[in-house]
Amino acid sequence: MEFFQRFAIPHPSPAIYASMVAIALVSIAIVVGLTYFKKWGYLWREWLTTVDHKKIGIMYLLSAILMLFRGGADAIMMRAQLATPEAKLLDAQHYNEIFTTHGVVMIIFMAMPFIFAFMNLLVPLQIGARDVAFPRLNALSFWLFFFGAMLFNISFVVGGSPDAGWTSYFPLAGNDFSTSVGTNYYMIAIQISGIGSLMTGINMITTILKMRAPGMTLMKMPMFTWSAFIANVIIVFAFPVLTVALLMGTTDRLFGTNFFTTGNGGMDMLWANFFWVWGHPEVYILILPAFGLYSEIISTFSGRNLYGYKSMVASMVLISLLSFLVWTHHFFTMGQGALTNSIFSVTTMAIAVPTGVKIFNWLFTMWKGKIRFTVPMLYSIGFIPLFTIGGVTGVMLAMSAADYQYHNTMFLVAHFHNAIIPGVVFAMLAGLTYYWPKFFGFMLNEKIGKSTFWLLSIGFVLAFFPMYITGLDGQARRIYTYSESTGFGPLNMVSFVGAALMAIGFITIVWNIYYSFKNSPRNIGSDPWDARSLEWATHTPVPVYNFARMPQISSSETFWDSKKKGHQLFKGEYEEIHMPNNSGVPFVMSAIFFVAGFSFVFALWVPAVIALIGIFICMGLRSFEQDHGYHIHVKEIEETEEFLGGAK
Amino acid sequence: MKELFPAKQVMGFVFSLILTVIALFVYYTDMSFTVGMTVLLVTAFIQAFLQLVVFMHAGESKDGKSIYTTIFYGAIIAIVTVFGSLLILLWDM
Repeated sequence: MEFFQRFAIPHPSPAIYASMVAIALVSIAIVVGLTYFKKWGYLWREWLTTVDHKKIGIMYLLSAILMLFRGGADAIMMRAQLATPEAKLLDAQHYNEIFTTHGVVMIIFMAMPFIFAFMNLLVPLQIGARDVAFPRLNALSFWLFFFGAMLFNISFVVGGSPDAGWTSYFPLAGNDFSTSVGTNYYMIAIQISGIGSLMTGINMITTILKMRAPGMTLMKMPMFTWSAFIANVIIVFAFPVLTVALLMGTTDRLFGTNFFTTGNGGMDMLWANFFWVWGHPEVYILILPAFGLYSEIISTFSGRNLYGYKSMVASMVLISLLSFLVWTHHFFTMGQGALTNSIFSVTTMAIAVPTGVKIFNWLFTMWKGKIRFTVPMLYSIGFIPLFTIGGVTGVMLAMSAADYQYHNTMFLVAHFHNAIIPGVVFAMLAGLTYYWPKFFGFMLNEKIGKSTFWLLSIGFVLAFFPMYITGLDGQARRIYTYSESTGFGPLNMVSFVGAALMAIGFITIVWNIYYSFKNSPRNIGSDPWDARSLEWATHTPVPVYNFARMPQISSSETFWDSKKKGHQLFKGEYEEIHMPNNSGVPFVMSAIFFVAGFSFVFALWVPAVIALIGIFICMGLRSFEQDHGYHIHVKEIEETEEFLGGAK
Repeated sequence: MKELFPAKQVMGFVFSLILTVIALFVYYTDMSFTVGMTVLLVTAFIQAFLQLVVFMHAGESKDGKSIYTTIFYGAIIAIVTVFGSLLILLWDM
């Protein structure tokens, strides 16, 4: 019995017991459902073992939406707690756990898989490739992310959630002040999914550099591919820092090392330093693919080619470099001298310049365009003013002297939500609506989509703009309650109303998917939006080999050229296509990673060592495996192409 | 005959031995800590670059340019991170 004591929640409440029951019931329901409908084989063959970039992309998408609701539930609880002064809905400990998991889930398990979803779905199609460069590695990346996310999510029912903030600053996150296993979960779950992210980075860079269709030079790549490329370069350079920092934090907590402790020569602020060396580039890892999606959408629905293609690319390259030069602005008040703060103030403000260039490029793309106000375009148009406000408040925060006023207040919280929600979340929802027909074969309902957009936009403004005011008035972030005399009450109530509107907005997305699945027509053709870039040139649904014949590229908008300027996209005869085989190893190996991670969290060394050996066995198996893939014969291609609407 | 004799590799090998000998001097002679560390760092970086170019054939393939770009970019990021951290946490504290 004593052994199982460690898995107990240190700080239980009825809500957590209810979640335990809910999780158990849902798990049983899934198992029973799969057995009853005899879908185990289908699940294993079509999804768990797949190496197809489109299916992996869809799995990323589903996980991201799932995590969006998990993080959103945290958000609505926080807002409800703060809606009135001295509320008793949550106590301090629960509030700490909730803001911690909200941050981690939203950044690492919602936004990251969302961008990986679009990279997986779009990059190979936009460059005319059959798959990514290393399909099996891609599957491993996904499953590592997935099991990392699951490990993090069980923390609140097994052993207790992390409660040291999503930044998990030491010494608070050290053993002295964080005594539960929560922070172990943080260190290890993020580590596991971070390894997956790093592998995706390498995979995507190789894909983009090596697998472009004939004629596609770097400067003829669609803008989303460019943004994905730059984002992955940042991933490859930034994530190793996080990996090392997490490892150091783990050994501090589990093996008594002194990297981030306050005594014995440790340096507690070194964690903050490392965290933000990764953390600031991470912001751009998220926002650049979002910019890429906006570029695609704005140019399609303005009926014009993207204004300033070269300056778009140049500004992204510049952002990628500058993103590594600004990390100190997250802790201006730590106590370093004026010289350091001045340097990082200037570099931070400098980032506004290339970002501004991009904003103007989108405006000029729309200028004199024939704009169609579809749902994806609404998100893009809403993004420009809202994101610009987020950017301007960012420049305010960048002034290190003034930052002493803003630091750790709701002003900061308002700023980064103002950058991330219109920047990343709107982009993901715009991309979701825009690319939905390509991957699922039907359009999402425009009417429901528009109400979603308005609910989210109005909800967003109501939820976050009041925080700018309360923040300047001195409401600190991460406090679980405040007294009535502070006067923060009414504005926080407005925030809660806004958050509730956003919650309704997110529910309408699910309703929209259900409604459209039932009612939308399926005969939409392969190009329902009259789009411009290569991903729309293949059939809907996309065949497993993407393109039956290699496309011939003439410009960054080859598909548009083929529609309007008589460019011949596909030439020659069908040839045999070489494709990779499915494999169960990535799934199994990631599941073993989960076991290893769980054992490390609870310092159970025997299962941890066994699991680590299992991981090495999986790698060994791969090294000695002879797998040459399979070939799709010409006859089969002809039949598929015939079935999907004939060759173009 | 000229193509058969790997002059570049032999020269590289000799040079890397020289670098090793210089580094060894730090151990066998009585230098101050600063001088010793400087010698070690300089020889180590030259050594690494030498290995990369001569024995790992960086720059010999078609994408040699991108290899150097990557190394250059990585070096800049590493230098900025290390010296930035030193500036923040030690020199300007």
